[in-house]
Amino acid sequence: MRKGMAMMRSRPILEYLRKHRAPYLLLAPYLLLFLVFTVLPVLSSMVLSLTYYNVLEAPRFIFWENYRRLLLNDEVFLIAVRNTFVFAFLTGPVSYTACLLLAWLIHDLRQGLRSVLTVVFYAPSISGAVYMIWAVMFSGDAYGYINSFLVRLGLLRDPVAWLEDPRTMLGVIILVSIWLSLGTSFLAFVAGLKGVDRDQYEAGAIDGIRNRWQELWYITLPNIRPQLMFGAVIQITAALAVADVSVNLAGFPSVDYGAHTIVTHIMDYGILRFDMGYASAIATILFLAMVGLNKLVQRLLSKVGT
Amino acid sequence: MAEQRTHKVNRSLGGNIASFAFLLVLAGFMALPLAYVISTAFKPIDELFLYPPRFFVRNPTLDNFASLLVLMGESWVPFTRYVFNTLFVTTAGTVGHVVLASMAAFALAKHEFRGRNLMFSTIVLTLMFSGAVTQVPSYLILSRLNLIDTPLSIIIPAIQASLGLYLMRQFMTTVPDSLLESARIDGAREFRVFWSIAMPAVKPAWLTLVILTVQALWNNTSPYIYKEQLKSLPQALSQILAGGIARAGTGSAVAFLMLLVPLGAFILTQTQVIETMTTSGIKE
Repeated sequence: MRKGMAMMRSRPILEYLRKHRAPYLLLAPYLLLFLVFTVLPVLSSMVLSLTYYNVLEAPRFIFWENYRRLLLNDEVFLIAVRNTFVFAFLTGPVSYTACLLLAWLIHDLRQGLRSVLTVVFYAPSISGAVYMIWAVMFSGDAYGYINSFLVRLGLLRDPVAWLEDPRTMLGVIILVSIWLSLGTSFLAFVAGLKGVDRDQYEAGAIDGIRNRWQELWYITLPNIRPQLMFGAVIQITAALAVADVSVNLAGFPSVDYGAHTIVTHIMDYGILRFDMGYASAIATILFLAMVGLNKLVQRLLSKVGT
Repeated sequence: MAEQRTHKVNRSLGGNIASFAFLLVLAGFMALPLAYVISTAFKPIDELFLYPPRFFVRNPTLDNFASLLVLMGESWVPFTRYVFNTLFVTTAGTVGHVVLASMAAFALAKHEFRGRNLMFSTIVLTLMFSGAVTQVPSYLILSRLNLIDTPLSIIIPAIQASLGLYLMRQFMTTVPDSLLESARIDGAREFRVFWSIAMPAVKPAWLTLVILTVQALWNNTSPYIYKEQLKSLPQALSQILAGGIARAGTGSAVAFLMLLVPLGAFILTQTQVIETMTTSGIKE
């Protein structure tokens, strides 16, 4: 390999590029934008995390100081990490399971009904700002639907300030996020199930598979493993990036940081305080957490149905 | 349509009834907030202030849509300006993304070249983290390029979204090589092969890219836009909703109208989107 590289002088490289110019030319426009707006930001975030940078003065290298401050001296960051992980470990698995379960259940229905339910389940994830309506439902006064309903049922004596109380706000955000989360992964599962060869189910029945749950585990899931992997990536990434729902429903910053997350912590230092080095250190930790968790789950999913 | 029929082995009647009931309950949970928005958009003002609050409209009216027109006339920036901004960003971003990501996907799926595997594994890696991770350097880069407070600050990042390239590349691999080879023998240049042979063959995939980008850009509320004249329709919507309960009817009317675009687009293309997702899987 190294010998080959050494032998490749500039001339053979040019020769190679000239002979294979079609794919490079097709790739070039996208690649240019991708390098500038995805690859460069990731790399510069890692470099900036080792500096003090307030935009006005040139960045100054302080090495691990940001990380030391973040992990040892920043209690709000620990709250953000706790909230993010509580959120991710509830919404992630719940929404992933819901995507799979619903896709699997509607797969047994007739074509027309299946299409209608696909739209009903998928619609919230593409409805943009409509989720703000949950703020009306969970409104803290007696006008809020949830309060009004629970008071009339006698389950509550006084209205609860759902989105202002640090004890309830994370729960509401989790509920709304689950409502929003039947997106791309759900469609991938619907599609994956459609692609499973029907003969396999009949062969399975002959081989002694007796109910729908055995069928799911031994036939269906192994067949859609690639879609399961893809769906996991999408759900994990979204679960750890929680911020918009929190900011729009609980405010920024939320009361007593009850709905503060790692991403809102980045916003706090990056957008409000202009401490770009520190914000980059938080972002780098989030990046490592996302990629690490994704790789871990990929490894677990490769064992499905075995 | 034999393949559309569902299989019947290993299904019990009781299980079918239970799963159907479960589906109905969850469909209700999912649809309720949307039903509320649609219902509220048609509520007269006295029903908005009702106590205890009532969920569904009793005397539907178009008042909210009429007052939306009044509000549009009164606003400092003409309301049509927000509509134009959102339409412009959505169209430019979608066309750019579909064309550039498809070209790149074609190269990755149908050509052998050095760096191909590196490029593809980088794309898969970028699916594993979100834009939130890169927002600080992205802001610095956009400001260095003098793109802050311009529509390009929304359009360019949308063009290079990696999910679209990933889905397109996966789908492109299913196009038979023989189809492309026969065009190459005819002497067509590679871009023509891509544009006239490959793209028509992957119509479900590029429709999917259109749908995903339209959804993202139509609902976009960019943090990099400060000028009122450049703000988007969703940003105008949140300003209306900030007017409190008195504006709840008008706000719901706007939300209802905005919902029609992504929802309508998905309903029209559902079959193709699902077909594209068949190849979305990640192989170990």
